[in-house]
Amino acid sequence: MEQRFHPRIAPENMGQSLSVLRPAAALALALPSPVNAAQAAEAPLNYFMRSYGPASEPTMYLGWVLAGLSVIIMLIISLLLIVALLRNRPSMDMRMIGPESGGLRWIYIGTGISTFILFGLVIYSLLVLDAVAKPPSTPAITVTVTGYDWWWRIEYEHDDPEQTVTTANELHIPVGEPVLIRLKSADVIHAFWVPTLAGKTQMIPGLINQQWIQADSPGIYAGQCAQFCGAGHARMSLEVVAESAEDFERWRNAQRRPVSSPFRPGSTGEFGQRLFMDRCGGCHAVRGTDAAGRHAPDLTHLNSRRWLAAGLLLNTPEDLMNWIVNAQRLKPGSRMPSIALSETEKSALSTYLSTLD
Amino acid sequence: MSAITRPPSDSRLRRSPDIGQAPVGSDAEIRLAEIWESLPGWKGWLSTVDHKVIGLRYIVTAFVFLLIGGMEALIMRLQLAGPNLTLLTPEQYNQLFTMHGVTMIFLYALPILSGFSNYLWPLMLGSRDMTFPRLNALSYWIFLFAGIFMYASFPLGQAPNAGWFNYVPYSGPIYNTGPNIDVFALGMVLLGVSTTVGSVNFVVTLFKMRAPGMTINRVPILVWGTLTASVANLLVIPSVSLAFFLLWLDRQVGTHFFDVANGGKPLLWQHLFWIFGHPWVYAIVLPAMGIVSDALPTFCRRPLVGYAWVALATMATMLVGFEVWIHHMFATGLPAVALSIFGAASFVISIPSAVAVFAWIATIWLGTPVFKTPFLFFAGFVILFVIGGLSGVMTAAVPLDWQLNETYFIVAHLHYVLLGINVFPVVGGIYYWFPKFTGRMMDEKIGKWSFWVMFIGFNAGFFPMHLAGLLGMPRRIYTYSSRMGWDTVNLITSIGSFVFAIGVLIFLVNVAVSLRRGTRAGSNPWDAATLEWSVPSPPPAYNFAVIPHIASRHPLWEDRLNEGEGTGQSSLEKGYLLMEGRETIGTSPIDATPEIILKMPGDSATPFFVGLFLSLAFAGMLLHWWSFTGLMILSCIIALMVWMWPEKALAQRSPTDSSREAHV
Repeated sequence: MEQRFHPRIAPENMGQSLSVLRPAAALALALPSPVNAAQAAEAPLNYFMRSYGPASEPTMYLGWVLAGLSVIIMLIISLLLIVALLRNRPSMDMRMIGPESGGLRWIYIGTGISTFILFGLVIYSLLVLDAVAKPPSTPAITVTVTGYDWWWRIEYEHDDPEQTVTTANELHIPVGEPVLIRLKSADVIHAFWVPTLAGKTQMIPGLINQQWIQADSPGIYAGQCAQFCGAGHARMSLEVVAESAEDFERWRNAQRRPVSSPFRPGSTGEFGQRLFMDRCGGCHAVRGTDAAGRHAPDLTHLNSRRWLAAGLLLNTPEDLMNWIVNAQRLKPGSRMPSIALSETEKSALSTYLSTLD
Repeated sequence: MSAITRPPSDSRLRRSPDIGQAPVGSDAEIRLAEIWESLPGWKGWLSTVDHKVIGLRYIVTAFVFLLIGGMEALIMRLQLAGPNLTLLTPEQYNQLFTMHGVTMIFLYALPILSGFSNYLWPLMLGSRDMTFPRLNALSYWIFLFAGIFMYASFPLGQAPNAGWFNYVPYSGPIYNTGPNIDVFALGMVLLGVSTTVGSVNFVVTLFKMRAPGMTINRVPILVWGTLTASVANLLVIPSVSLAFFLLWLDRQVGTHFFDVANGGKPLLWQHLFWIFGHPWVYAIVLPAMGIVSDALPTFCRRPLVGYAWVALATMATMLVGFEVWIHHMFATGLPAVALSIFGAASFVISIPSAVAVFAWIATIWLGTPVFKTPFLFFAGFVILFVIGGLSGVMTAAVPLDWQLNETYFIVAHLHYVLLGINVFPVVGGIYYWFPKFTGRMMDEKIGKWSFWVMFIGFNAGFFPMHLAGLLGMPRRIYTYSSRMGWDTVNLITSIGSFVFAIGVLIFLVNVAVSLRRGTRAGSNPWDAATLEWSVPSPPPAYNFAVIPHIASRHPLWEDRLNEGEGTGQSSLEKGYLLMEGRETIGTSPIDATPEIILKMPGDSATPFFVGLFLSLAFAGMLLHWWSFTGLMILSCIIALMVWMWPEKALAQRSPTDSSREAHV
């Protein structure tokens, strides 16, 4: 499963920990950084040097042209200024005042050249706008992403509600084709931004904005909320996982499956499940059970996700329990309360949650 | 010497002003001083309407706000110096960055320029005061009270926390339940009153109060800058005041202007805010560019190259500036056609800036630079202006802005613009006009140190922010993870910001030292060209013993300029005496031909009380003390009536002409 999830992981990296950890967590531990090899270890949101799809590539080149020109113009102006300051002048009586006329040629030539360059840039930037504003072909897949304080609901809608897939903070897309993203907000304004794939778009309550993304190679692309939305704004990340069409279909089918793990009455798992229904089910949903909350991430396939709490913690059993018990300390102001649990309750809940794969 | 061209129609009010001389120490000069000087002691302190006192109060108050905002920034830079630091909680950080923005943009950047303009305009224009001296005092008091008002909730840990542009619904009643946003909203409406009355004063002053002969093409560029900014403020302040007032209604009265659940529109806020916000950006840089355009030539020993072009560029900037607000909203999902138009306009707006840059460089090139401290600040400013302008052009490209928007690249850009184009000219301007303000020179040696430390610290601190933005760092995050690759740039930025702060500290030390021990300055220590340097330093209460008659753009260089607008023979020693009470001359808007003797109002404490009662009324609204609010509004009206009460002494003019001005 992890091979499909991330094709570039070397098997030996994962070997040691597999016995104690579930696959998704093992994968996560094996990765020192959430970026894949194609994105290099440094700065996963670096859109200036990296682009992995046609919705961002023309913009990256535009950035290079504009930045390059800016540096050149800056150097020319600095040079002019330095020469103007330091050039040799015949020594002059400081009481003398130079004539007012003259020098207008500086303005005519300087402004003339600037205007010429600016008009060229207007045309170039409008061409780029035209290239990235709309996808080359009509997207076959539409995903609705809804911003919440401070996480992302991700829904793959289907005519049959049973077939609708709901997940959080991890957006899967098939490689090499445009995907339409419908952007909504459940509370305040957020902005959806996966910089190496496309520019940002605000998610505004009461409006449905759209943008498209396309990844040309399989991999994991980092995203981040880009509109200040309150205390948790800094901790509101997401990931786009691009995979082959078959892998994507397989993932989607797996996500559609409701849970079906009846526990033996009196078992730890059953106790954990009851605990979950009592304490968590009001906000979280686990399809196939009584837990049907809409205020918080759908946890039906919690263990298929790499991160917890919108990119805050790696999804390991330890960090999961840490998050449940210390949510307010780890992400102050979050809608997730810190939940007081006894050791027995912790282990029961852990057992139950470990079945949500 | 031209005579009054349009005598009052009522013959009882007709009077031919005496023309003569009033050298220092003469009977006439002593009488003028008696007429114009404020009472000593706290009474005079409270009631003075002297534009110079008000101007200095503006400058000092705004600079205090700059220091407060700067300390907020330093605390934030400590928090961001490394990844995952926990000096501040997210909520504390959010309040700090909000107050930093509010303070710098609203309580420092425009007020400091209003301070310069208030102090300098009448002196540059050859007038004895602004048109509406009492309105001027009111403008200052309300600014002061609004500033205190906006900080009122800060010590309670309840400062505004939604950013200076305060987007709804985060700033709405559901997501921000404390008093913080109400403080901000009401404070902004209050501050809007101050800015509006101040702007009215500038506009009317320019068109009515210039010395005879100072035709419209002879006014200094600072005047053009402040005029343009003031006209823009009059047009756009209503938008932001309305936005904040509607927000307050949503929060406290239960209206639904921005409430999605009841058909309100969050996007409406963004439009109302940026329709104001972008012209405001130009309002807080154009007068500062004017400072450079006027002061730089002094140190180049020649007039500014292309005066008319620079003046026109100033106004062109603002004209286009009304059509670029959408470039703050490129990422809101508006149609691409709309974005293209506003994007193109955002490119075009850099053309007038190019005019100014080449005018400054040509002035330096063709002149003979004198490397005094103010000149260093102005020359350094040119570089910062170009960097800020170029990064601005990058954000004008719509698709690139979809990446740059809301990242540290924008933070870098706006600091190059606001510090580079506002703070550097302002500090340079203080070095330049300090002798005029105080009668003493600032220390050159400390001055050069302050420039170099500020300049190096500024670039070390803010240039890496561009890189942080290109590496994808969003603005307004209270912390970041080490895996994002932003550690180094942030550490450099934090170090640079502290170096910059040390530079500011050196400047303050220089001010303190020079106030006591600076060498005495004569009336024109820099051998400058404009009219403010023709009066003693510091200037007497009446500014000009006689109203000068102006014949050129550079009255104090006329003896050495033989062509262009330098030709002519201004009369500075001999002119209208005007000493039957506080008087100055009113002139025609374009040609500045004398039209009327303006009777100026005396000192009065009523502006203070009007401002105080109005501010208390806003405080009452904040606290829901409705009857107190009513009482304060009533008090305000009474104070206004006392202020406006007709005075016989002020009635010496044609009733049909400008009688409205008589009672201000």
